[in-house]
Amino acid sequence: MVEGRATRDDETALSRRAAVLAHVRSDHNVAVLASLGVGLVALMLAAISIGQFPLSLTDMAGALWRALTGQVPQGQADTVLLSIRLPRVLASVLVGAALAAAGAAYQGLFRNPLVSPDILGVSTGAGLGAVLGIFLSLPVAGIQLLAFAGGLATVALVYVIGALVQNREPVLVLVLAGVVVGSLAGAAISLLKILADPYDQLPAIVFWLLGSLSSVRGAEIWSAAPLVLLGLIPLVLLRWRINVLSLGDEEAKALGVEAGRLRLIVIAAATLMTASVVAVAGVIGWIGLVIPHLARMLVGPNFNRLLPAALVMGGGYMLLIDTLARTIAAIEIPLGVLTAIIGAPFFLWLLARGQEGWS
Amino acid sequence: MSTRVENLISARGLGFGYPGKAVGRNVDLDVRAGEVVCLLGPNGSGKTTLFKTLLGLLRLQAGSVSIEGTSLASLSRQEIARRIAYVPQAHAATFPFSVIDMVVMGRTAHLGLFAAPTEADRAKARAALDLLGIADLADQAYTRISGGQRQLALVARALAQEARLIVMDEPTASLDFGNQVKVLREVKRLAARGLGVVLSTHDPDHALATASRVLLLHDGGLIADGLPREVLTPERLNTVYGVKVTIETLSEGSTVCAPNFGA
Repeated sequence: MVEGRATRDDETALSRRAAVLAHVRSDHNVAVLASLGVGLVALMLAAISIGQFPLSLTDMAGALWRALTGQVPQGQADTVLLSIRLPRVLASVLVGAALAAAGAAYQGLFRNPLVSPDILGVSTGAGLGAVLGIFLSLPVAGIQLLAFAGGLATVALVYVIGALVQNREPVLVLVLAGVVVGSLAGAAISLLKILADPYDQLPAIVFWLLGSLSSVRGAEIWSAAPLVLLGLIPLVLLRWRINVLSLGDEEAKALGVEAGRLRLIVIAAATLMTASVVAVAGVIGWIGLVIPHLARMLVGPNFNRLLPAALVMGGGYMLLIDTLARTIAAIEIPLGVLTAIIGAPFFLWLLARGQEGWS
Repeated sequence: MSTRVENLISARGLGFGYPGKAVGRNVDLDVRAGEVVCLLGPNGSGKTTLFKTLLGLLRLQAGSVSIEGTSLASLSRQEIARRIAYVPQAHAATFPFSVIDMVVMGRTAHLGLFAAPTEADRAKARAALDLLGIADLADQAYTRISGGQRQLALVARALAQEARLIVMDEPTASLDFGNQVKVLREVKRLAARGLGVVLSTHDPDHALATASRVLLLHDGGLIADGLPREVLTPERLNTVYGVKVTIETLSEGSTVCAPNFGA
């Protein structure tokens, strides 16, 4: 139908068919990404309206209009929307998007679909920083700063160890160094837990280590969002090279990529994203592991498409989890508990299915 | 202008190996456009190590390598990749990239640091697939095609790289009989189109069938370099592999090597 006359030349017909198929395929991916985006917006609207104080679309529109035109907020609805619901929804999307994007980058980098953003110890390092901050009774901003610094310092230490060990597969050395340094930080966390005040500090530590967005206000978003963006930019710019790097060091080098330098940049970017959201939300597992898989099943492994898909799906998934966390019970359920309850069976299902998108 | 044929790659007194472990020494090697140079040697003789050194993936331990007249050491990764394409042994990729994506990766050396392949790059990748007769695989997952098809896809990637020299590490290993012949036939076609090809193989028959020149690697050094029928004598093959062989020219003109399985 499309190219009836070209059938005389089989090879031309074949390559045109491939070109047409490629177009259909990329259109399909655009459609998938667009519907993911629409889904995320719908989810955000739903999440804003749901809660102990339900908000209607009219409430939202009115409050937003008043805020944007600089009028004084009116009534409880405006306060709930602007100072509680909206910051929390935006923070959920930011945290989920950052963790999923970092996970997708790390999985490509380490050529292993079982890798998550905390493979190099960023979460445990951030955890140690935060626990130390709680132990020292620092204000919230101080705890967040220590968490951020702890995450970055841990990964930097792992990277330096990896660079010092010569004559071994660099990726393997990094992973093993991450395991060792991470468990060392884990031991320090355990020690602080034992030393901490069991009535005041210990619950705060436990709650932080399981992740929560309940204390997030506008200020946290303004501190984390620029850093997440700063980490995201190199991943977007280097999207194609990250594909090539996932073939392994030698092949990437033979294809003209400076593999070692590229790996350092991707590690720095993904670590910055992870550390800045872990600092405000605590340790939230599973998202960085599961969401990149789901995204790969939908749009394939090409980082060009995988990155936007992971960002949107990670944001949506975190939002869903956080909305459940604050609505299904009288108390707030820690996010780490919910992501594990939903993530673990899902991962087992993936494993059993052995579908494309898996290794 | 000049009758001198330029060497695509030229190694002199090459010593190669891994840090702290020398594998081979004193190797001279030249490849010209239109040549298929076959490297033969037993397991562990250093064929892969030699290739990695030629590609700049391992540091030279001695001697010099020049690519199209320029010293290897002065070229960046990208500059090397525009001159030499590497075809590794067909492997299972971690992620299910489509075949076309895999082949387009060959364009990386021609892209800017922050660029992704354009439609023109995709067209070149499709042309490479066409040339090897596997255009219909373009949208299949690389992880789902057969070993022979993967090897051809990797050859297509090397073509999309548009380098004048292609280095192939045992391109026929792990392929069935039919695919071995198919890959080698493509190798001959590439050389006929003016590319230089260096490949390693375990099978003297493959060298006899495809090579313009054969290099025999033994104990870390080259023990012969010349025309296939001159290099591949029963005596030399016995020295290198410890196996008695008969080499015969068939009535239709091709030469074959048959090992002697008797006592």
